[in-house]
Amino acid sequence: MNKGVLNVISNSSIAERIFRLEVEGDLVGCMTQPGQFVHVKCGTGIDPLLRRPISICDVDIERRRLTMIYRAEGHGTHVLSQYVPGQPLDILGPLGEGFPVEGRKVGEHALLVGGGIGVPPLYYLGKELKKRGVRVTFVIGFGTASQVFLKRELAELGEVHVVTLDGTAGIKGLVTDVLTEEYGLKTSDWDVLYSCGPLPMLRALQDTYQAAGKEGYISLEQRMGCGIGACLACVCPVQEPGEGKKYRKICSDGPVFAFGEVQLV
Amino acid sequence: MTTSAKNRLAVNIAGIEMKNPVMPASGCFGFGREYAQFYDLNKLGAVAVKATTVEERQGNPTPRVAETPGGMLNAIGLQNPGLDDVMAYELPWLEKFDQLPVIVNVAGTVTDDYIKVAERVSEAPNVAGIELNISCPNVKCGGITFGTDPEIAGQLTAEIKKVSKVPVFVKLSPNVTDVVTIAKAVEAAGADGLSMINTLLGMRIDLKTRRPILANGTGGLSGPAIKPVAIRMIYEVSQQVSIPIIGMGGIQSADDVIEFFMAGASAVAVGTANFVDPLICPTIIDELEAKLDHYGVQTIGELTGAGWKR
Repeated sequence: MNKGVLNVISNSSIAERIFRLEVEGDLVGCMTQPGQFVHVKCGTGIDPLLRRPISICDVDIERRRLTMIYRAEGHGTHVLSQYVPGQPLDILGPLGEGFPVEGRKVGEHALLVGGGIGVPPLYYLGKELKKRGVRVTFVIGFGTASQVFLKRELAELGEVHVVTLDGTAGIKGLVTDVLTEEYGLKTSDWDVLYSCGPLPMLRALQDTYQAAGKEGYISLEQRMGCGIGACLACVCPVQEPGEGKKYRKICSDGPVFAFGEVQLV
Repeated sequence: MTTSAKNRLAVNIAGIEMKNPVMPASGCFGFGREYAQFYDLNKLGAVAVKATTVEERQGNPTPRVAETPGGMLNAIGLQNPGLDDVMAYELPWLEKFDQLPVIVNVAGTVTDDYIKVAERVSEAPNVAGIELNISCPNVKCGGITFGTDPEIAGQLTAEIKKVSKVPVFVKLSPNVTDVVTIAKAVEAAGADGLSMINTLLGMRIDLKTRRPILANGTGGLSGPAIKPVAIRMIYEVSQQVSIPIIGMGGIQSADDVIEFFMAGASAVAVGTANFVDPLICPTIIDELEAKLDHYGVQTIGELTGAGWKR
């Protein structure tokens, strides 16, 4: 965990309200675990005041470059979307516990399921899994065709299934509609599931596949204060309290949790 | 702990020697573990740790924070591991910082809760003071209900003074019509000092859902947005009491610290700014001495009340 000033290399729109931001600096050297996030100070003044948590999409350790993909949704991310190449950006990170990839074996098959702005961290995860000889299949869901991004990049790592709510790109429906025997992605075909996206999607995946006895990990999102575990703003209750643990902090115990670890409320 | 006479930043608040006047504010720093990953906590003048209650508290549902221009609303709800855990793990962990006076924020639902917590934490070897939390706006019972009535605030202060082995600071709420009356009441009841101010009660509404953003509905506003309110209240109160004031409310620079001193503070606590920059406290401490030169003063203590002393 550290804090640094990184220089913006590029910052441009790649889909409806979606921006791809690349920054360069020494801090990138420690961003080795997929699924972690960075806490970004958007602007230099007091409005917005708090940092914004943004997932790590890709890291190039040798070139000291970090890629983030974010949605310009509120005030902070709108300010961020105005950054131009050469501008310094104050970043805290890498933060949190990411997706566990240690121990995955050559020849295993991992299913990576993302929804909307939950898709970016799956890219770095897919790269790390592929490096370990794990076969990766992506299922990514969006609202409509103009919101689809990263499809081409993910396709370089494995099979990609695109789903949109209105059917304007890929299959019409929800990501869970693709994860059916009729569609061809049989539960018995894959060994582990990693997911990031809207809460109802994560809940559906956990409910279905935890019951089926599958190993799986989900990445959560919550409004944060400090991002390092001190303010207790982003807590979630554990599924079965034990050993004194009744809640987990999304920023520092997560954002990634194993199936069944926390209640998805 | 002794303070060098040459140390221009040293202050003494109600007998607590601080090598500099800066401490992180309670509720914004946990028990220091997270921030100790960034710097040596011995650098701080003191630390005010998370509010402690008799039993463990889970706090409020999420979302617990919402942003406002220049500020933040929070409704954490005094989540803490409880008195036994704080005594067994948190305070002993802080002992490794041997030059760090610890101030424990004490909270409760009824008077007996406050007494139990205050009595036990004040026995811990590294606890230099307690901060009586009668101003938390985010809990239904206790907290602010004790802090809005001068008589009740005074009674509670007197009870705590009977059991505490260390100086007692009472943390005042800004959510009152007349803060001076409450301040005078707790001073008369024996308070050794005041902490001011706690957060201002506020709310934001989500335009899409038409519901309050915070699950609790309301929350406490902190950050630079509340600084003028804090300055005004400290300015008013410090002229009417003779006990020291730990000033807080939107501090994020050495200049802010100077302004709080001029209003009447004798030490300061930095809250929300820690979330924006985890290194803010040591940064402010490092800048303070140059600021004294800039404003032409010898010691920071000389500035207390400079805004109204003639």
